[in-house]
Amino acid sequence: MLKLDRKLLRDLVHLRGQAAAIGLVIAAGVATFVMSMCAYKSLEAARARFYSEYLFADVFSSTGRSPNAIIPRLKEITGVAAVDTRLVYDVLLDVPGMSEPATARLISIPDSGQSRLNQVYIARGRMLDPLRTGEVVVSEVFADAHGFVPGDHVRAIINGKIQELSIVGIALSPEYVIQVQPGSILPDDKRFGIFWVSENDLEAAFDMAGAFNSASLRLAYGNQVEETVEVLDRLLKPFGSVGAYTRDEQISHQYLSDELTQLRGMAVLAPAIFLGVAAFLLNIAISRIITQQREQIAALKAFGYSNFEIGAHYFNLVLVITMIGTVVGILVGFVLGDSMVGAYAAFYKFPSLDFTPDWFAVAIAFLMTTVASVVGTFFAVRSAVLLPPAEAMRPEPPPSYQPSLIERLLPRKTLSPEVRMVVRNITRRPVKASFSVLGISMAVAVMILGNFSLDAMNYMMYFQFRLAQRQDLSVTFVEPATESVMYEVQNLDGVLASETIRSVPTRIRFQNRSRRVGVMGVEPDAKLFRLLDADENPVRVPDFGIMLNTKLAKLLGVRIGDLVIVEVLEDKRPTLTMKVAALVEEYSGINAYMNKNRLHEALLESKVASGAFLKVDPNRIDTVFAELERRPGVGSVSIKDAAMKSFEKTVAENLMVMRSFIIVFAGVIAIGVVYNTARISLSERSRDLATMRVVGFTNGEVSIVLLGEIAAFTIAAIPLGWLIGYVLAGAVTAGLDTDNYRIPLVIARGTFVLASLVVIAATVMSAWVVQRRVTELDLIGVLKTRE
Amino acid sequence: MSSATKTTVFRTVDLTKTYQMGEVEVRALRGVNLELVESEFVVLLGASGSGKSTLLNILGGLDTPTSGQVFYLDTDLTASDDRELTRYRRDHVGFVFQFYNLIPSLTARENIELITEIAVSPIDAMDALEIVGLRERANHFPAQLSGGEQQRVAIARAIAKNPQVLLCDEPTGALDVHTGIVVLEAIARINRELGTTTAVITHNASIAQMADRVIALSDGQIASVEMNVSKVNASELQW
Ligand SMILES: Nc1ncnc2c1ncn2[C@@H]1O[C@H](COP(=O)(O)OP(=O)(O)OP(=O)(O)O)[C@@H](O)[C@H]1O
Ligand SMILES: [Mg+2]
Repeated sequence: MLKLDRKLLRDLVHLRGQAAAIGLVIAAGVATFVMSMCAYKSLEAARARFYSEYLFADVFSSTGRSPNAIIPRLKEITGVAAVDTRLVYDVLLDVPGMSEPATARLISIPDSGQSRLNQVYIARGRMLDPLRTGEVVVSEVFADAHGFVPGDHVRAIINGKIQELSIVGIALSPEYVIQVQPGSILPDDKRFGIFWVSENDLEAAFDMAGAFNSASLRLAYGNQVEETVEVLDRLLKPFGSVGAYTRDEQISHQYLSDELTQLRGMAVLAPAIFLGVAAFLLNIAISRIITQQREQIAALKAFGYSNFEIGAHYFNLVLVITMIGTVVGILVGFVLGDSMVGAYAAFYKFPSLDFTPDWFAVAIAFLMTTVASVVGTFFAVRSAVLLPPAEAMRPEPPPSYQPSLIERLLPRKTLSPEVRMVVRNITRRPVKASFSVLGISMAVAVMILGNFSLDAMNYMMYFQFRLAQRQDLSVTFVEPATESVMYEVQNLDGVLASETIRSVPTRIRFQNRSRRVGVMGVEPDAKLFRLLDADENPVRVPDFGIMLNTKLAKLLGVRIGDLVIVEVLEDKRPTLTMKVAALVEEYSGINAYMNKNRLHEALLESKVASGAFLKVDPNRIDTVFAELERRPGVGSVSIKDAAMKSFEKTVAENLMVMRSFIIVFAGVIAIGVVYNTARISLSERSRDLATMRVVGFTNGEVSIVLLGEIAAFTIAAIPLGWLIGYVLAGAVTAGLDTDNYRIPLVIARGTFVLASLVVIAATVMSAWVVQRRVTELDLIGVLKTRE
Repeated sequence: MSSATKTTVFRTVDLTKTYQMGEVEVRALRGVNLELVESEFVVLLGASGSGKSTLLNILGGLDTPTSGQVFYLDTDLTASDDRELTRYRRDHVGFVFQFYNLIPSLTARENIELITEIAVSPIDAMDALEIVGLRERANHFPAQLSGGEQQRVAIARAIAKNPQVLLCDEPTGALDVHTGIVVLEAIARINRELGTTTAVITHNASIAQMADRVIALSDGQIASVEMNVSKVNASELQW
């Protein structure tokens, strides 16, 4: 081994603490990057495979009763490669021992034994025998949540009649990779399942022989989606189509796409933060070493080592640290990625979802860390390269200190000499001090970033389920219910108060933009289902005009006072021009609201209701629920508390893992920055400190000089970190903003406190480690040699 | 001994060096004309700040003059760029510094090998340590050596590359009399046995007795040049 490389190794051993801290920061960034990229690749590959092998459709449309005679017309649409028509009905299940309602979506399977599109993958058991009645294939998550296995029986309330279905298989579908009930934000495995049943059974039960109510198209090329949607809408309009939509509006596909987008976001954000911090740490560490080795560099140059060799020597030092960090990060990233993919398997159901290492990401990781560390240390190494050897032979002139502004403002003698040294050390190199503060504040910011999502979720829950919706039960009706049905429901024993809503599918247009939106007619003086603005104040339902939620308004580019065109996609299909009267805040979905009476007038109908919100005597919820379930017109019933609990559980499970990672990572940054800063102060000051010890200062007094600086940095860094954390959280909420849900930028006070405490703990730990070195200062050694 | 028969190793012509320190100009060298010949032992004397180190650094290619010329054999060092100066130092010059400038993370032997690895015709590191009497300390780190021992390692390092010229800036500055003598003896021995052209800066006039020639600098100029008729051994020096 060349002696210069041996020097490098020994320097590295000498620097091990700092090198480890920096390497860890790099590893954390690389691990997050590799994890996200591998998870992305695995998920995307699994999705692509499932979609193509099981023929996931490109365009979907739900209709009323449509005659099979129209099918040839669908096949003739240009660019359409395959058409599948079927029957789809949502029904309530009667699951023993389950007080909360469960909804099953029944989907027909033709006699051939397999659908033409959106095909079913049988995970366990077998496919339906189309010739037998009463058989069902159940989606895996639902079966698992209830412990159903092939051979079990389940009772469904189909068109008002209780029917016993025999489970023959457990299945997956590209259409329901994740099963989210329309109107929900998160999947609820226990309360929503997909049931595939034979076409004959469904035709018989719903009297739909020779007809379908759901069509799916697969396109030959993906580029004619918009045109196809238009044509399909035109063809199916007479049969009550509620508007065709594309994969972009298909729930399962949307969730997968959102997940992929988030992984991408994480793959960008994490390395940006971590490698930024690492570059900064490398910079201060290498600058320090180069200053320290000034005379060694001069000697090497005097003996003919070239500038290139000197530069390479220091870059190698940087690169060894970087490469070790990168390799560790990649390995950890693989492990985390593997467990992340494993966690996905519980959520997203594919026939096979395997961890796929993303070697391209690995190459990018090496490239990124190399660039970050070379850029971070470029100027420091350049100063070594450019160091004039003759000058470096001369001892460095003592740094010039000045009484700082703070000292001049305070009366003399208020500051002890130790404190004065601290103040002067900081003020002499303001840039370096600000970088240290910035580094520590990044740790605070990352902590906030890691924890705020839970605050935001809690706030969403509070806003949605406590402030806005105050019902206990919500009911939807299969067909719009007449006043008499509602009267019955409202007078059930135990119902304390009730409100009804009328909702219709529409397409809302503004200029050249449009969205498929359910418009809800709400009661003007609602007490249970309230609409709120961003400041949590109830919004009065105006007599005229339409109210949009802020997300929809943003998507359409609409402001209050603008006129929008509302095409109703039901029944008589009126087209209305309405003024946007108010905006309401909601964190999920895209919705529009209007006065219920106006909606009835516009639809030329009597006072029917699509659903109702009920306030129920807490002791009678179960009986009311059971009573409702028995009624034929009731499509679904949901208990708010149950929905909230399952939501909280899902969120908690997902966020907890993420949070613990992030707390560890923030700790890594905090320790990395604080330990490095402290260690460097120690090495810069060791002569001064030893001298102070020699002339009689105590260990404690000497420590003040060293640790006072760190303490000052940390104190300054905390508020700055709050600010940066807030800004980053804002960026994340913007990045996670999807049609399905938005994350409000809400950070609880506890999160700020926790972030500060973790960083203070990291500071105390690092300070303690470094402080022990003060007592070990080699008094004689330090005084004997220069530097 | 006549310098006419010997090759001229260094020749300087009207060498000046001016440092600009803000408003103030420091004229470290103001027109130095000097010749050093093959295997000569020269001592540079002069008050602090008289320009000795500046001159030595320029001769060694560590620094460039403000004006004037320096020739090493036939090469004009003043016309050389940074790469050529590096090459020159690498192939021809051995330095001994007042503060040793050893690499603390390498042992005595490794410090020497660090240099011999890039030298043209080096001698063995252990032999070099033998010359300075530190063979048995080969595996000690600088921190485990006394000041004088460190300086001897620094000398071993300079001679191990077997340079044509050996430039020493106050090699005994930090040492006591006895150690100083040991170090000087080592330098003199190299000069004698290997014929290395040697220039030594010192504040100690008595060291001058060892030299072939004594050049006194004063205020950036050569004040006097004396030939030494009878060279004395280091051990016989009167301090
Ligand atoms: N890099 C520099 N910048 C400014 N002035 C310098 C620099 N190097 C040397 N000088 C000045 O040039 C003059 C000559 O310096 P030099 O180091 O050559 O003196 P010296 O004779 O070696 O002194 P000493 O015996 O103290 O080592 C001094 O006045 C010194 O202050
Ligand atoms: Mg000098």
